[in-house]
Amino acid sequence: MENQIHIPTVAELMAKGESPDLLFWVGCAGSFDERAQRITKDICKILAHVGIKYAILGTEESCTGDPAKRAGNEFLFQMQAMMNIQVLDGYEIKKIVTACPHCFNTLKNEYPGLGGHYEVIHHTQLIQSLIDEGKLRPADGHEFKGKKITYHDPCYLGRGNDVYEAPRKALEVLDADLVELKRCKSNGLCCGAGGAQMFKEPEKGDKDINVERIEDVIESQASIVAAACPFCMTMLRDGVKVKEKEQEIKVLDIAEITVKANNL
Amino acid sequence: MISQLIFGIILIAALVLFYKNASKIYRNIKLGQSVNRFDRAGERLKIMLLVAFGQKKMFKRPIPALLHLFVYVGFCIINIEMLEIVIDGLFGSHRVLSSVLGGFYNVLIAGFEILAFLVLLGCVIFFVRRNVLKLKRLNQVELNNWPKTDANLILTAEILLMAAFLIMNAADYKLQQSAVEGYHSVGSFPISSYLVGILPDSISSLIVIERFAWWFHILGVLAFLNYLPISKHLHIILAFPNTYFTRLEPKGELNNMASVTEEVKVMLDPSLPPPTGEPSRFGVKDVQDLTWKNLLDAYTCTECGRCTSSCPANMTGKLLSPRKIMMDTRDRLEEVGKNIDKNGSFVEDGKGLLDTYISREEIWACTSCNACVEQCPVNINPLEIIIGLRQFAVMEESQAPSSINNMFSNLENNGAPWKYSQADRANWTNQ
Repeated sequence: MENQIHIPTVAELMAKGESPDLLFWVGCAGSFDERAQRITKDICKILAHVGIKYAILGTEESCTGDPAKRAGNEFLFQMQAMMNIQVLDGYEIKKIVTACPHCFNTLKNEYPGLGGHYEVIHHTQLIQSLIDEGKLRPADGHEFKGKKITYHDPCYLGRGNDVYEAPRKALEVLDADLVELKRCKSNGLCCGAGGAQMFKEPEKGDKDINVERIEDVIESQASIVAAACPFCMTMLRDGVKVKEKEQEIKVLDIAEITVKANNL
Repeated sequence: MISQLIFGIILIAALVLFYKNASKIYRNIKLGQSVNRFDRAGERLKIMLLVAFGQKKMFKRPIPALLHLFVYVGFCIINIEMLEIVIDGLFGSHRVLSSVLGGFYNVLIAGFEILAFLVLLGCVIFFVRRNVLKLKRLNQVELNNWPKTDANLILTAEILLMAAFLIMNAADYKLQQSAVEGYHSVGSFPISSYLVGILPDSISSLIVIERFAWWFHILGVLAFLNYLPISKHLHIILAFPNTYFTRLEPKGELNNMASVTEEVKVMLDPSLPPPTGEPSRFGVKDVQDLTWKNLLDAYTCTECGRCTSSCPANMTGKLLSPRKIMMDTRDRLEEVGKNIDKNGSFVEDGKGLLDTYISREEIWACTSCNACVEQCPVNINPLEIIIGLRQFAVMEESQAPSSINNMFSNLENNGAPWKYSQADRANWTNQ
């Protein structure tokens, strides 16, 4: 990869007799989706930059089971969950950061009932705490100063888990012109991908949900819409494409914005 | 004396009838599966006080919230006046509380009058919003026929009741001014004193009007009480228990099915003994598979449609409407209840909540975004029902859309919802 930072796996650390302080749960989108991979790498850059001893599970990671559960396949979900818990507990993992609100929600809320107890945070929460600790600071003359930026609340971060402030804090340090979408925070509108919709065609209707959502973004006149979920990322980018606004509106993850602003 | 007797009989009959219908609703709710919502009483009480008593979530939409507040506060406070009306009715007294409360009585009656006027105003505006301005939320397809009539009947009843209350006071006031026997001068009438002019001067006509309005008001209230169990208006009572029994976990969390956990444990470790006991049904086919809280939700729903108007699927033209999910659940539950009334216990009728009432197209349109749950002013959760129906379709019938089945098999084989090999999962680290 571009900056050639080495990304350690837990197995690798274990072989050296070490263990990570923080597990980075990459997620399926972060592992396989090309656009999401860039966000994954940026999160690694942040972790490396601040010197957190982290690792990924690599090929030992498997889907949390979220899409199966939301689609009604509780068997498959619990199979995935129990196998993942075996791996996580085998490595005595205590703290996890995720790049995806769906993984975050499932690991944080649904694994404890099946025996998997971890401290789980979303990457926007990690970024917020690093900013608070003074470990991340936007560089002088960074590219977001004065730009009109808005933020799209992912359902599983916002309504699902009441995380509204962390991603906003990460944007507030940019000295940018922040605007809220007309439907935001607890009233935020879904991107259309949740509940396993990502993996199927939408039911019959007169409009796609991501198009409805991108109209909110256009109305806000923001030139950057910040996302915090790989599925929202896909849906928002598709919406921008449908509206032929690729020149005017960029969709960037909070992690990407942070990396750019900090010149990492 | 005769009128006191008649009043007493009607009052008891109305209360008995209400008790009978309310216990049927209670029995129907108890048909649901058990779920523990009796823990953490302090937290629950706080939610009830904020959300039901304090109307907190209503204020996401300020205009209807303010109008609703008029009607809500009006109805709560005017119920104190009902106490006086009942005592007067039973003992033939005239404004009995005035002798107990002294000067405060005038303040009270003045307060009732102002509130009654605000209730009247609120209901008239609600009626206009529904029938003249035709707000989308109040005119969507699931409200066709009975639900619309139901809503208009309720508004009309409230308008008539408040009008009767004010006319009663106006006639009483005029009789008091004329120093008619039995109408001792008491009370302060800031609203109804304006109505005195439209009333006749003849004492006997005034007495007829006052008595008619009195009877109309009290009989109307008793009739309304008994209309509640068949109407959508039960929220005035059930909003309180329904918010108390709210699910306290984060909205994103779905419960893990304990019946599945047992089987999965055996699948992963064949040395464990197989689960014992009756194999239960996975997911929700009919209302009896839902929890009692889901069923309480259904009776509590007043069909305001805040859920549906915030539903991303509904606003983009899909068939799904969370309000319809709640209405269907209640309709089916009522049907099951009648079946039990008739047969002693439930006799299979070849119907179910899924398919007979709620279609597959509806349940597969949901994004599980929790907007409906967030918006509901009385903490109803349509999402739990939708997921329960999906669980039945998937685990009992293997009837998921084909693309969803593909996702399942990818997950099973590769540990990812897409067709990528697990061995390639970390390829991004050296690209």
